[in-house]
Amino acid sequence: MQAHTFHIKWGMVIDIDKCTGCGACMVACQAENNVAPVTEASNKLRTLSWMLVYQLSNKQDFPNHDVAYLPRPCMQCGHPSCSTVCPVVATTKDEEGGIVSQVYPRCIGCRYCMAACPYHARYFNWHDPVWPEGLDKVLTPFTSVRPRGVVEKCTFCHHRWMAAKEKARHEGHDPSHLAEDAYIPACVDICPTGAMHFGDLLNPEHEVHKLSKSPYAFRLLEKLGTDPQVYYYSKREWVRRQGDNYLKHEKTKGE
Amino acid sequence: MIDKALMPEGVERCSLGRFLAWLGFIGLFLAWGLYGAFRILSSGLGVTGLDNYFGFGLWITFDLAVIGLGAGAFFSGFLRYIIRIDQLKNIINLAVIVGFLCYSGAMIILTLDIGQPIRAWFGYWHPNVHSMLTEVIFCITCYCMVLIIEYLPIIFENRKLNEIRFLHHMAHNLHVYMPLFAGVGTFLSFFHQGSLGGMYGVLFGRPFVFREGFFIWPWTFFLFIASAIASGPAFTMLVAKFMELLTGKKLVDFSTKVLMGKIAGLLLCFYMFFKILDTWAWAQGILPNMGLTFDQMFNSELGYGTWLLWLELGICGVLPAILLVVPAFRNRPALLYSAAILNCLGVVVNRFVFTVQALAIPVMPFDTWQYYIPNWAEWSTTLMIVAYSFLILSLSYRYLPVFPQERKLNA
Ligand code: SF4
Ligand code: SF4
Repeated sequence: MQAHTFHIKWGMVIDIDKCTGCGACMVACQAENNVAPVTEASNKLRTLSWMLVYQLSNKQDFPNHDVAYLPRPCMQCGHPSCSTVCPVVATTKDEEGGIVSQVYPRCIGCRYCMAACPYHARYFNWHDPVWPEGLDKVLTPFTSVRPRGVVEKCTFCHHRWMAAKEKARHEGHDPSHLAEDAYIPACVDICPTGAMHFGDLLNPEHEVHKLSKSPYAFRLLEKLGTDPQVYYYSKREWVRRQGDNYLKHEKTKGE
Repeated sequence: MIDKALMPEGVERCSLGRFLAWLGFIGLFLAWGLYGAFRILSSGLGVTGLDNYFGFGLWITFDLAVIGLGAGAFFSGFLRYIIRIDQLKNIINLAVIVGFLCYSGAMIILTLDIGQPIRAWFGYWHPNVHSMLTEVIFCITCYCMVLIIEYLPIIFENRKLNEIRFLHHMAHNLHVYMPLFAGVGTFLSFFHQGSLGGMYGVLFGRPFVFREGFFIWPWTFFLFIASAIASGPAFTMLVAKFMELLTGKKLVDFSTKVLMGKIAGLLLCFYMFFKILDTWAWAQGILPNMGLTFDQMFNSELGYGTWLLWLELGICGVLPAILLVVPAFRNRPALLYSAAILNCLGVVVNRFVFTVQALAIPVMPFDTWQYYIPNWAEWSTTLMIVAYSFLILSLSYRYLPVFPQERKLNA
């Protein structure tokens, strides 16, 4: 399998102990990326939500019951299971920064990538997007809208990165050495509890670099070998345990 | 019968009225399917029962199953023209037609199944050489063309068409080159049967189907080939028997059917040996490495119980393998046909679990099992392909010399 190495590796660290499950990140993502609201939203298996907040439970009875919330963007896997299977190279990981791209005009809608992604981070457009009256006038101009029949997913608000590089060039800075807050996806931007951190995982000056090295940091389904660029952080052992499939006798990370 | 002149010489066919009534019955399903296809193409896949969990469903199961069962064509062609088992000439025409129907049917369904049918050609134009699906797209198309080339001489042998000198010679020449096409077909078919399995085996995000293997090929690559060549001949033989029941004529002698059963049985033994080994290695190696247990892969409440595995491996695997390899069993018609049916059912169950169950299983520990029920749009279009196959088979049977033994057997 081809391995890609980059000088910049954009990544996220999400502090689950801080996340309240308010869903602001989901809303911000939807607005920022022109994610079309579906007409029949009661069927959750047909809705589009690039950022999805899962509720985790320790499955114990009161008073020991505990819940946690886990926001799930695309993990921008270092070894993506989705892009290698795409028959038409509509999705690839070959750009500096390590963001897995999605080219809508190229996608034939075979949904093989959806079958491949264990995180359910990919969404298919079952219907043509219908924008509520007036909303079409306030769509983000930097993100394309998608027709029915193609797959879409979170891109870490790639257009914001483009804009940040543009700005850096304009101001005479090096666009490949952005300051920590120069490029931040919409979800991280809006998170009211400061649970989400974003930056270059390879840059020691960035907070995410340090956080990702913490013994309380973990990634979803590490055992599968997808090598995600999204880290989670929790001091609660049961939360870390639910990050991957641990067999009964196995010790959790961070213990 | 006004169409008598079109029929092969010396054979009996039902009246034209009866035949048209039969076509009308088939036409009902075709019309329903065309309506479904129209709705899907005009309003999008939102009219199907698929969802974000089940991007693959009935259609892909059907495609994989018919392509597996259609392997009778390439494998019989291989045995007839390359290994030179002469007796197979009695059934080779039917094998070619069944193969053609399976592949062309699968291609029609695939076009409906992709979200952007107008971009279907992107698969050839922007191929991703790392994707098993790319290989499938190329091979299926090429092999479908080979099947058309193999089907043409049978069509040109229609009594009226054969009177045209050019077609007569063309049919003759194509026959001469048939071993070449059989060889090409074998090569192509071998690879895409494998790639269809490989498509699943490389999904390392889905521990239910992920398999390590040999170089770039996961074990499923080889298992799919083996299961296809084990069930393909059995399916062709069953189609012959089914046509005999429908028409009330003897079309293929019993010894040829037994031969097909024997071929299927030997290959099924080969397949089952490796499939059982593979299942064991998967349960003992891959699953625990990924932190999963065998029991987590099954859920009887939603209908994905371990019974599916035992059905596939035991009742539809080991049992028919025994029935087909032991001469005393396979020489008894009831046992021969039952074993062939079980053999074919086994491959369908295998393709179903690889497609649907693989997606139903939660991979993230906090996710839940999902179930999938295809809706009318998927059923109508799937049945349309079945009806299309009945239509082509009926026309071929009536107007083409498909069965060389028919006259002798019904004398
Ligand atoms: S999370 Fe899924 S969609 Fe995103 S890169 Fe990984 S495999 Fe691909
Ligand atoms: S749905 Fe689109 S992106 Fe996904 S594998 Fe198919 S063509 Fe590629």
